[in-house]
Amino acid sequence: MVPVSSEGRVSRYASRIYPRYIVIVMTVPLTLLGLLDREPSYGYDLKRDYDTYFGKGKPLPFGQVYSTLGRLARDGKVAAGPSEPGDGPDRKRYAITPLGRQEVEAWLAEPAAAEPFLQTVLFTKVVLALMLGRDAQRFLDVQRATHMRRMRELSEIKRDGALVDALLADHALFHLEADLRWIDVTTARLGALAETVRRA
Amino acid sequence: MTIDALPMAGPLLEARSVERSYGRTPALREASLSVTAGEVLAIMGPSGSGKSTLLHCLAGIFTPDAGEVWFDGRRLDTLGDARRSELRRTAFGFVFQFGQLVPELTAADNVALPLLLGRTGRRQAYRRAGDWLRRLELEDLAGRRTGELSGGQAQRVAVARALVTGPKVIFADEPTGALDSLTGEKVMELLVGLARQEGTTVIVVTHDARVAACADREVMVRDGRVTDPYAGEVLR
Repeated sequence: MVPVSSEGRVSRYASRIYPRYIVIVMTVPLTLLGLLDREPSYGYDLKRDYDTYFGKGKPLPFGQVYSTLGRLARDGKVAAGPSEPGDGPDRKRYAITPLGRQEVEAWLAEPAAAEPFLQTVLFTKVVLALMLGRDAQRFLDVQRATHMRRMRELSEIKRDGALVDALLADHALFHLEADLRWIDVTTARLGALAETVRRA
Repeated sequence: MTIDALPMAGPLLEARSVERSYGRTPALREASLSVTAGEVLAIMGPSGSGKSTLLHCLAGIFTPDAGEVWFDGRRLDTLGDARRSELRRTAFGFVFQFGQLVPELTAADNVALPLLLGRTGRRQAYRRAGDWLRRLELEDLAGRRTGELSGGQAQRVAVARALVTGPKVIFADEPTGALDSLTGEKVMELLVGLARQEGTTVIVVTHDARVAACADREVMVRDGRVTDPYAGEVLR
């Protein structure tokens, strides 16, 4: 249903305030690819690292790890080594391919769209960038600029729009502001965070 | 008195590799920034990053230890105190977080004050002060002492006082820092809206992203250095 303002005008919120409103799910395939960009790993080790940094309170099921690795292998982004005997069942070591590395590079370089509820994606990108020795500060700066640009658009909507638009824009503005605060705090602690994730 | 002139038309206001220290503590390190006429610029950064020091250097309140500040084709940092004071009175307006109004004087007195100091006739000064108080939706409070006004009302009086001389640049240092969200928003709307109508450049120092979002663009100050967050937007 399209909301109508008290002045009888059709609200623009659907098209201008939340144009790409989606529930952001953790980008598991890209995160696993990023972890593999550090070094080739077994599925078990990938799950352990994922749960340590990105799966707090919601560990990744083993089934999802192996099905994701299977799809990445099918798409040529990882290569599975031969079966190796271990303590338990045989296992395979997975390595990232040039295509997979290219995908991680592109994902880290691209600022996330400035929509509310992106915290987990921002966090994942910063930690992975530090793990892989990329310029996390630059990523945060670009993300900050992306957020500020969106906040300017929303402020303009508030100035020109009806009350319904203004209140919806406010909702988005406060969430983006929360992201920005997190970006600022993380920027200030980037050195310590780098030490933590590289030591692990 | 000789004043260096820029060889060609450039930005309205510019800092070139400005350095400033407090004792042994550097506040600004090779800070460079340029602002065009009519632009609304936000200077952001963490506490102690040097953003207010930069604003004070741009406004001629502080002189840099090194580097240059240019305003409207003239070198500002080499001017004597008297010329800089005159420039601040005639070409610049100021809005601070606290304390820029005289609490014993009325709102009209406070707004007329810069004009009276600039030797505008009393009658004309109060007429223009009245006009600006009206534009700031404060006409009913013209006769009230500013010490009796709410924080938001007092900041609107400060905005009227900053604009009454028809300045080329308004410098605002955390203008909404002491106000709640809604009141701060109203003050910023009026400040930026009226400045745009008048073609006045606004430089606002703020740590509040919602305030900065009212500007045309923002720069970040970190450890005394100015960074443009839009530089190198594509990371590849």
